[in-house]
Amino acid sequence: MGKNRRDFIKISALGAAGLVAGTRYLMAQNQIVIPENPKGPWRMPHDLVRTPTYCEVCFWKCAGWTYKNDAGQIQKIIGNDDDPNSNGRFCPRGTGGVGMYYDEDRLKTPLIRVKGADGKQTFKEASWDEAFDFIQKKIEKVIEEHGPECLALFTHGSGGTYFGNLLKSLGSQNITAPSYAQCRGPREVGFIATFGEGLSSPEPTDIRDSKCMVLIGSHIGENMHNGHVQEMSDAIDKGATIITVDPRFSTAASKSKYWLPIKPSTDLALLMAWIHVLIYEERYDKKYVEQYTFGFEQLKEHVKHMTPEWAYGITTIKPQVIRETAREMSYASPATIVHPGRHVTWYGDDTQRLRAVAILNALLGSWGRRGGFYIPDKAKVPGVPHPPYPKPRRTWRDAMGGKYELADLALANGVCDATIPSATMDCSIKAWIVNGTNLIETLPNRPKTMEAINALDLMVVVDTMPMEITGYADVVLPECTYLERYDSLRVTQHREPTISLRMPAMKPKYDSKPAWWMAKNLAERLGKGEYFPFDSIEEELDYQLKKVDSSLEEMQRIGVKKLPRAYDDLYYKDGEEIEFNTNTGKIELYSTSLEEYGFDPMPKYTAHPEPPAGYYRLIYGRAPMHTFSRTANNPNLTDLMDENTVWVNPKVAKEWGLKNGQEVYLQNQDNVVSTFPIKVRVTERIRWDSVYMVHGFGHANKKLSRAFGRGASDSELITNVMMDPIMGGTGMRGNFITFRFNKA
Amino acid sequence: MRYAMAVDTKKCVGCSDCVVACQTENNVPIGYCRDWIVEVTDGTYPQLELEHRSERCNHCENSPCVRCCPTGASHYSDGGTVMVTKNKCIGCGACIASCPYDARYTHPEGYVDKCTFCLHRVKKGQQPACVAVCPTKCMYFGDLDDPNSDVSRVIKKRKYKTLIPEAGTNPQLYFLI
Repeated sequence: MGKNRRDFIKISALGAAGLVAGTRYLMAQNQIVIPENPKGPWRMPHDLVRTPTYCEVCFWKCAGWTYKNDAGQIQKIIGNDDDPNSNGRFCPRGTGGVGMYYDEDRLKTPLIRVKGADGKQTFKEASWDEAFDFIQKKIEKVIEEHGPECLALFTHGSGGTYFGNLLKSLGSQNITAPSYAQCRGPREVGFIATFGEGLSSPEPTDIRDSKCMVLIGSHIGENMHNGHVQEMSDAIDKGATIITVDPRFSTAASKSKYWLPIKPSTDLALLMAWIHVLIYEERYDKKYVEQYTFGFEQLKEHVKHMTPEWAYGITTIKPQVIRETAREMSYASPATIVHPGRHVTWYGDDTQRLRAVAILNALLGSWGRRGGFYIPDKAKVPGVPHPPYPKPRRTWRDAMGGKYELADLALANGVCDATIPSATMDCSIKAWIVNGTNLIETLPNRPKTMEAINALDLMVVVDTMPMEITGYADVVLPECTYLERYDSLRVTQHREPTISLRMPAMKPKYDSKPAWWMAKNLAERLGKGEYFPFDSIEEELDYQLKKVDSSLEEMQRIGVKKLPRAYDDLYYKDGEEIEFNTNTGKIELYSTSLEEYGFDPMPKYTAHPEPPAGYYRLIYGRAPMHTFSRTANNPNLTDLMDENTVWVNPKVAKEWGLKNGQEVYLQNQDNVVSTFPIKVRVTERIRWDSVYMVHGFGHANKKLSRAFGRGASDSELITNVMMDPIMGGTGMRGNFITFRFNKA
Repeated sequence: MRYAMAVDTKKCVGCSDCVVACQTENNVPIGYCRDWIVEVTDGTYPQLELEHRSERCNHCENSPCVRCCPTGASHYSDGGTVMVTKNKCIGCGACIASCPYDARYTHPEGYVDKCTFCLHRVKKGQQPACVAVCPTKCMYFGDLDDPNSDVSRVIKKRKYKTLIPEAGTNPQLYFLI
């Protein structure tokens, strides 16, 4: 089948529902036990029963409680007061997470791609045994013919941990998440090159105690990174100065003392000019720079000509404003945060831009200081012992020809590239497992993704919803939602290390199952059961929790547990000796590692292409009530926002005769036209050289009944990818669109 | 006792968490809401202002909805809150027409519904669901007759406005500006 073109199958084209019967027996061994009527501290006022969880609607993974009413229905989900990520307050997506469970469009049973008598490809409803049989045979064949290194996993969900373990046990390290090379990767590499460590998640920005925060294209408040939104609000209360750089008048910009409506793609010039002002007006933290940094003199020389006047011509930000804002940063330092942002894959020179952000923070002395960046801590929770994983002979990196060696995690686009057969490539990947990520909407350059998918011998998609990616799968495995399953513990960094438990509030609906159970069953069938040395996940969790002086029973009661910090202080002590994890042991203003690999040791501004006449730069972002394309069908969240719009400046609207609410098609520079029309929002909040849309809409799968055809997809218009030569990030802000009044 | 709420427009990001929290707390059917977000943009690029407001029933002291209700279903309750008695409401819609804030809707079961300030929670010493969930903590609720309540203190300290004061309803929803 893999040799044929893979036809997209709508999951609506299903066989009879009666086929599900008789598949329940697999549950017997690992039955999820939910206390029906728990007594004691679980019994809350007004007859609601609560169970702990951590949220799966986004990556922030806030811990909370699922409340069930007397009818046994989920009434609401509320934050856990002891959770540092949420402080007891969930965001709209977490509060509306209940809609994931009740969504009637959910995947209901395993599906296998078959060819009907008419030659048409379709999905057949299958039992779990049939689905596992199919996958087992295909994986065994791929391993036999090509080696285990030709298996890959794409994951952006908690269940991915177990599929990762499955792959590692088989001998593959091709495990990747689009959250790296399509999102935060350049930031990690830029900060590692400077401070010897990355930021990870949640970012250790000490916003609550910050006196000055600089946001560059980061739209906190529209991205509902819960803890950061909360702390920004605290900072506003305390009178902190906020400086926002954005071609769009974002929500954050509206809360700012300074909004710098920058010309898109010129941020690096502004950053370098700020560095210039700090150095040449001697406003940097001299003691800190002297003690901790390397390469100050080179940097000083490097930025000599990068004056605010120089930057004015590039960025359109007035020199006086550049100076004034640099001074504001300096007045507040070290309690100043030049926020690293999160989705930073914009123009292909992103690692260098984030280097400039890191350098600014270093000059301000804010790294490791109160109101700047705190020193995070993370609990160490040992796993259940298992044999060592076999060492793979090859990975996706072998297909990269020595490029992107500074990437500290696997590139989703790299794995995708390594799947497309080529004469020059060492390893062509043959099988994908895709867990909780809709690659069709996630990866830029869709034709390339399709080429890779068409080259596969096997694609298994594990999801709760019939996202577009399921239509290209050979096998679809319906995962139960986070409200119906245990998962591995949440162990995330913060000011205080915590662990938190997700336990099922409900029994899995339909014939859906948790990912750990799927991975374990597959491992056993493939002879790798020894890597899953537990009968049930409860057993594994209890083992792990007892190693950190807790237990499953305790965590079921409290949900979140704080553990002691290993490093005693949140900040560096005054004058403390610190060895940074860089070549020089110092904070590298001049990066010796980048130089070693043949890249600029200090960031340089280069001009990027601008939209041709009649075209506008496509800028995309987030809305607070949605997470990527994942929530676009959630009944509670579509009730808040059910489609995106294209934001158009009134001047542009006048030129094109566009009216508010009018539907238009968007066409990009490569003549790709949006599948669906999108409504125009005429607003002063966007620059005249750009348009803006919220990511995650324009779904093409009819089975997503609330999301189908609502709004347009930015992803399909992103065909120009500006690769970051340092770490392989996919810069996506170099796409230009124009308006069309009809599709043909 | 005089219950009131203040919303800090300087902190509200318009995320709609208050809307969905109210829906799940009060079983408001999908497609309806007791509270909502208003976004107002003012000015010309790049001289712009943006205000986000979480709005709901103003629990007016001089409520046109109570005055015009033919059955007495709409009435004043604890702390001056305006409430609707479901089984007295005939769904005539007079209150909906009279409300200057468009705060009421007809529930699919036939009666008129609206914000209750979550009196069922308040009576247990909890905050209304919208206030309790708000990630920006931009909402303050309490008794204006108590000078130490959150809402009294913030109203004393900050500049504020009310909506459509010229309607003479004496609204009890304050927006900090």
